[in-house]
Amino acid sequence: MNKTRSSGRTVGGLRTLSLQAPAVSLLFLWMIVPLAMTVWFSLQRYNLLMPGMTGFAGLENYEYLFTDPALWSAIGTTLLLVGWVLAITVVGGTLLAVLFQQEFLGRGIARVLAISPFFVMPTVSALIWKNMMMHPANGVLAWLAESLGLPALDWFSSLPLTSIIIIVAWQWLPFALLILLTAMQSLDDDQVEAARMDGAGPIAIFFFITLPHLKRAISVVIMIEMIFLLTIFAEIFVTTSGGPGLATTNLAYLIYIRALLDFDVGMASAGGVVAIVLANIVAVFLVRMVARNLES
Amino acid sequence: MTTARTKSMSAAGSVPKATPSPLFAALSSRRLWLTVLGWTVAGVIFFPIFWMVLTGFKTEAEAVADPSLVFSPTLDSYAEVQSRANYFHFALNSVVVSFGSTLLALLIAIPSAYAMAFLPTKRTKGTLLWMLSTKMLPPVGVLVPIYLLFRDVGLLDTRTGLTIVYTLMNLPIVVWMLYTFFKDLPKDILEAGRMDGAGTLQEVWFLLLPLTLPGIASTGLLAVILSWNEAFWSLNLTSSQAAPLTAYIASFSSPEGLFWAKLSAASTMAIAPILVFGWLTQKQMVRGLTFGAVK
Repeated sequence: MNKTRSSGRTVGGLRTLSLQAPAVSLLFLWMIVPLAMTVWFSLQRYNLLMPGMTGFAGLENYEYLFTDPALWSAIGTTLLLVGWVLAITVVGGTLLAVLFQQEFLGRGIARVLAISPFFVMPTVSALIWKNMMMHPANGVLAWLAESLGLPALDWFSSLPLTSIIIIVAWQWLPFALLILLTAMQSLDDDQVEAARMDGAGPIAIFFFITLPHLKRAISVVIMIEMIFLLTIFAEIFVTTSGGPGLATTNLAYLIYIRALLDFDVGMASAGGVVAIVLANIVAVFLVRMVARNLES
Repeated sequence: MTTARTKSMSAAGSVPKATPSPLFAALSSRRLWLTVLGWTVAGVIFFPIFWMVLTGFKTEAEAVADPSLVFSPTLDSYAEVQSRANYFHFALNSVVVSFGSTLLALLIAIPSAYAMAFLPTKRTKGTLLWMLSTKMLPPVGVLVPIYLLFRDVGLLDTRTGLTIVYTLMNLPIVVWMLYTFFKDLPKDILEAGRMDGAGTLQEVWFLLLPLTLPGIASTGLLAVILSWNEAFWSLNLTSSQAAPLTAYIASFSSPEGLFWAKLSAASTMAIAPILVFGWLTQKQMVRGLTFGAVK
């Protein structure tokens, strides 16, 4: 009896193993090979422009990296970008989710319009905003400011990082809205009704019922956005190229400059390791949360 | 369960409407305000896309003139985008790479998700979480090795190379999403099939796939959307031969490429199919994007 059970489990285990083997082994390779190479390169003196000068460098690359003001500026830019976009999308997304949860005429279509920016490829949204919205002479915003009697703003030269933040927030606000709207649908109507009967106003209901209900969905939004926002690249690439100066160079863009413009493989890899460590701090929390959800 | 709830919700919502008198008036004026507010907000958010579509039908001179809704629409920009820049070459790259990588990812993921949903072991949960964690590796962290590897084996600027990257990039999400769909399937159905003597392959082919087809389709659509819009690897690993639309549109960022009508026409064509896909799958997408943490 015992024997058949254990052998049954082994057969099942073998079958599971063979079914999972392709996905697991491919993902393992995809993760471990580049990761190991990045760590290895980060300890090497390796510049594609100087083929002769290779060799073990120890922690030299990290030393250069951490004493380079560009790194700290890039980390600062990254944090500002992530922080502001998160603030805008989470607060805005929650308010929008409440709005689009109410019943009104044509709500379905209005919802679809509001989530659309999320499906626009990043290079398109960045260029549309940069040219047709934010252009200092011919953009819609300049025209709007002028018709209100205000001076037109040269967005990308006077407020470069703010401009990037606006574009990225426009792309991710619909994401927050989509997730929070879904979470909102499991809100207990009886509870809301009961609170209303007890004389709770809409603001009290929002803070004491809706917001606590959305707590988990909001933290999921924050963590998933963080992972993507930490390495925003295309929006910067097509609008400011990291400038003026280093004003919009985030960590991802700095690594790109070091790797594919300076060809400094060692330095870029050291930067890559820093990016991986940063992302993993966030990832640990997200994985834990999903794990808790798997159990329930 | 959810549909039942929505039904009861709308039923409850319709009760006050039936009652006449002040309450009805108050409700309808509230509804009116909500309608105005909701549509204004949606309009502001959607405006850049609307404006882009409009500009695509203008001439270059009209595109940079003061904003106006009155103009005689022309298809010139669309024609020029094709004749000058060979738009369809890039569009074809996008189609091949995103559908190819999605198909590959589904082929690899279906057996894996099947095993996790129907033959779970002690390690299943750990495997799932590990797959999720591979998604946390920032692409920029591994840009250097991937670039050098691709250069050495001749995969730079090839569709094959980009397809491989996108397949692996989306594999964790595809496995997760399929897993949540498979798990929702009542176990008895597959059990019954096994009683009738179906092998694993027949079970998957004749029972599992047809029954979960909507789920598989929306998983595939999400993978297509994510690959279609991907703009880190496409910008760094391709130049002209294999460049998909994300990289082609980026070429408009150069100063001499500031032709707004053409940019708009090309952009409209590039996002239209994906916008429709997105609208179709918005509900199921939440599952995939949050790894089942929000349903």
